This record gives sequence, C-alpha cells and structure tokens, in this order.
Amino acid sequence: MAEIRFEKVKKRFKDVMVIRELTLTINSGEFFVFVGPSGCGKSTILNMIAGLESATEGNIYFDSTMVNDLSPKERDVAMVFQSYALYPHMTVFENMAFPLRMQKTSREIIGKEVERVASILGLKELLHRRPKELSGGQRQRVALGRAIIRQPKVFLMDEPLSNLDARLRVEMRSELKMLHQELKITTIYVTHDQAEAMSLADRMAVLSKGEIQQCGAPTDIYLKPANIFVAGFIGSPPMSFFRCAVKKHQPLEIDINGFIILPSVEAIPEGDGVVAGIRPEDITVADQRLERDIEDTVSIEFIEPVGAFSWADVIWGGAKVRGILDFKGKGPEIGENAIIRVPKDKVILFDPDSGRRL
Amino acid sequence: MNSRFKTQYSKSKVVGLYLLLVMTILYCAGPLLWQFITSLKPDTEVIRMPPLLPQDATLDHYVSIFEGHPFLRIILNSAVVASLTTLLSLIIGSLAAFGLAKLDIKYKALILGFVLSVSMFPPIATVSPLYIIIRSLGLRDTWWALILTYTTFSLPLSIWILTNFFREVPDEIYRAARVDGCSPFQTFYKIMLPLAAPGIVTTAILVFIFSWNEFLFALTFTSTPASRTIPVGIALFPGLHEIPWGDIAAASLVVTIPLIILVFVFQRRIIEGLTAGAVKG
Repeated sequence: MAEIRFEKVKKRFKDVMVIRELTLTINSGEFFVFVGPSGCGKSTILNMIAGLESATEGNIYFDSTMVNDLSPKERDVAMVFQSYALYPHMTVFENMAFPLRMQKTSREIIGKEVERVASILGLKELLHRRPKELSGGQRQRVALGRAIIRQPKVFLMDEPLSNLDARLRVEMRSELKMLHQELKITTIYVTHDQAEAMSLADRMAVLSKGEIQQCGAPTDIYLKPANIFVAGFIGSPPMSFFRCAVKKHQPLEIDINGFIILPSVEAIPEGDGVVAGIRPEDITVADQRLERDIEDTVSIEFIEPVGAFSWADVIWGGAKVRGILDFKGKGPEIGENAIIRVPKDKVILFDPDSGRRL
Repeated sequence: MNSRFKTQYSKSKVVGLYLLLVMTILYCAGPLLWQFITSLKPDTEVIRMPPLLPQDATLDHYVSIFEGHPFLRIILNSAVVASLTTLLSLIIGSLAAFGLAKLDIKYKALILGFVLSVSMFPPIATVSPLYIIIRSLGLRDTWWALILTYTTFSLPLSIWILTNFFREVPDEIYRAARVDGCSPFQTFYKIMLPLAAPGIVTTAILVFIFSWNEFLFALTFTSTPASRTIPVGIALFPGLHEIPWGDIAAASLVVTIPLIILVFVFQRRIIEGLTAGAVKG
C-alpha cells in the first residue's frame, strides 16, 4: 500500500504534449479512477506510475520515495492490461505463478498461492490450460490473478473490462470493487467509460487533452461539474446545453428560451451571455402541466424505451433535448405535442468563454 | 477444404491448376532430378545423350565419393561452420532485433537501414579486403575464417527477420513482463524468445542453408581439406583425365539431404504462429 504523488509531472512525445502538468495525490488504499476520452493521456499516466514510461519533467513519489528512476520491478506494482497480455506459451498456472517466480518464491508457496488466487477467481479447473483455450472472461480473470497473486504497493488497471461483453463487464465491476475492499491496496484504474468510473471510484479525475479537468468524488463531479467538458462527459445520456441571455447581472436573471430564472451562482458572468446545462434525467416530457417549473409546449421527435422508462427527444429552443417520458395512460406518438418540464434549480450555468461553471 | 475446392472450381480449372503445379515442380526440381540421373550413370554414359536414362544404372559414384576423396572431412567442416555460424548469427541477431523491436532506442530506422546496406555489397567486392584481414588474423584455412565471415554476412538477414518477429509480439506482453519483475534481458529470454520461436527457426534454416552453400569465400579462405567446405570440396574433386561428373552429381545429392530433412522437420514450426491467445482477438 502506498500513497502516490505527482509533482508537476509533464510528458512529451516528440512535439506532442501528452500530459501538460499533473500535480495530484492519490491516497493510500484508495480506488482512484482516471476517466477521459481516448487520447487524453490516461494510459500514459498509468505507464508512468508503472515505470514503463518516464516523465519528461516533474517527480512521482510512492509515499516519500521518489520513483522517477526506479525500474518497474523496484516500484513493486502490478498491472492488468486492456488486452490482458497473458503469456501465450505458458499455462494458466505458469502465468499466475510468473510474478512470484521472478521474486524467487519457493515452489511450495507458489503452489499454495496460485491455488488460493485460482479459487478466489474461479479458475481452479483451468490451471493447466493455455490462454488460447480460454474465453475472454476467463482470460481477464487470469490477468487479474497474475496481478493479485502478490501484494504489490499499487494495482494499475488499464481498461481491464473494456473487452468483455456488457453483462460480464458489470459483473466483473462489482467483483473488482469487492476485491479492493478486501485487499485495501491502492488501485489506479483507467477507463473511458464514465459509468464504470462512477460506479468504481472512491475518487476520480476527469482528463481531457492531458489536463485534469476536475478531481473529486463521483457524486460531487456529477452534481457540480467544474466546466462544460466535465458536465458533458459525465452522465449518460449527456447533458443538454443552451445559450442564454443575461437579463440582469445583480441579482442575476437569466432568460432561458423565454423563461426567466434567478439562479444562485458562485460567480456573476461578465458578458451578457451564459451557457445553461440541464441533465436529461432532470427533464420530464409529460402530458400535463404542474405550473411549478419551466414548462413549454414541444413536439416529440423520437422515443427510445430502455425498459423501466423511455427517453423522449424533443426540439426546444432550436436544440434537440432529451428527457424522461412521463405520459399518463397511453404512450404518445411521434410528432405529438407534449410539455417539457425543467426544474429551475437543476439548471447549471457556465461561462461561455472559459467554459467554467458559475 | 477439399470439398470446397471442388465446388468452387470447374474440372478444367483444377486440371489446369495441377498442370501448372507440375510444371513449377519440374522447373524447381529439374536440376536436382538431372543430378540424380547423372549420379546413377556409369562414366561411359555420363556425357552421352541419348540415352536420357541410365542404361546400366550403378551406385559406383556413391561409393567412390566416400573412398576416393576426403568427403567425410569436408562434410564435417561444413556442418561445423554452418552450425556455429547459425548459432552466432542467432545470438547476435536476436539480441539486436529485440533491442530494435522493443527497446527505446533512437534512430531505429536508420540503424536497420544501415544494417541492410551491409548486405548490399557484392561479395566479390569484399573478398580481397576480407582475405587480407583473415590472413593477418592468422585464420586462413581455418573454420573460424568462414564462421566469422558468414556470421557477418548473415547478420542483416537475421536482424531483419527477427526484428519483424519480435515486433509481432504485442507490446503489452513486453510491458506485462516488465511489471511482473523481469529486467529487459529476462523479458528477452523468458518471454520474447519462446514467442518468436517460429522466427528463430526460420532464420536458423536460412542462415544454415546460406553457410552450407556458400562458395566464393570458402574457395578464397581455404586451401586444404582441413577447412574446405562442401561446395568447394566437390568443385575441386580431382579427376584423372576428365571432370568426374558422376562423383560430383552423387556428392551434390548426398549433401542436399541434410537440408531437405532440416526443412521438413521444422516446416510446421515455421508456419504455426505461437502468439495465438496472448491478447484478445
């Protein structure tokens, strides 16, 4: 177990700045997730922690030890790769035993440890098989087993679930979480899937273009996104954005598609425009008015049932907006009129220039 | 496979295909076949045509190559030279190729290009300076003269083939091994080498055949049966009044057999990929 600290870490590949300047502390025993679109530098961060790539500038610490110049072996990390990266010429047993063999652990202990990990992961029947004789889910388990067989300072996971089918992915997600609660080893997990990040993380960092956009607990990031990028990236389906005019600065009055709201904000915008963001799950597309929130008449463009409820797409103020369908009785037809309802206190405002939340 | 083959092609096409196949085989194996026929002919028939086939087939030539010449010695020379060349070329080549394929080295493309350029010199242009070097090293008429030369000339081939095989091993496997506690060198021999086995075998065969068959350097650097290799040895078979074509044909056939066996034994190994199942896909 170790605390991991980045101090002004930069990474450049030739002329491309992959990590701009990373200063961050990952607490000991924490399940920390880096989430971001592909190419945002999240895998590079993981490789720098593992010692597979070196930082161009800045320092990385494990507790109080600077690890910049230490080899992966000296750093004592274990890693699960997206492609699993099993050794194809070794059996499942040999694959899992490999890290212990490299530590020159005795034969007996290796046997016992492999047995123990195999039973945790349900691999006991497969120990003599080779990777090519395993299904995707089984390979994933072997990769995980190879990582957890020793007690490393840090677990590094590079999109370990992205090659699994949807059901297995959700299953393995909770297994990973349980495993972490049991082992309490600092785990750093990289994913592009915001739902995976939300469900796994103690804390997470949203990355874009080599910079941390926001770092914090998943719910905090969801409720108080730092900027337009985070607001749009976290949450599915993504948030809808509207350009709005500022009617009055003190106190702030915003005109959102002809409706005036008086939002409580931390900063007053300087210009006379703002961007308003509303999450689809806060928007209702209904057949009745409640006369409490913003309510407007729209026509239904598209309906997407997801089981428990349906999403409805409508055009409001010239933009396509998604909301939860709430029709009493018979479901509506495409093109039918409906009422869009937006709770005033759920509107999040952003500065249109800097993108920051107000 | 067979049934699909039949349904996809009409009969005339299949016949045409086999005809083409037979012609190709005849073209490739023709000289070998000719040697075989010649080796069975008694001396009186060898340089006469017709008959095409031996009228009075004999195994005399096969007996005489072992009796009249230091044939076993030159086979031993060739075997030692070719084996040691292969070994050296593989050791140096695989280490270089591993570095070029997986390690963080600058100017990789330049290095590979430079390596390739070495093999572009025509041997005849390098034979004189090499002779001087070999002589001043005191290696003339020794196995090492040939081993060193062949290793040098086969290295570009080894490095190029092996670099490609090492490149095919996914980077993530290399990284996994590093994280699991291997030094780069341990990764090389514990993980990369077994995975590149088909490449190693392919390279070994090519280098072995090259060393086994090489003529120019062998002719220049050797002077006695102590170090003469097969091609030179056979070419210099002493005849009484004429060139002993029959003996030469027999000897040529005999020395081809080890190569054929080598290729057949390792053929499967060359074709089969070892990396299946390493990563998803």
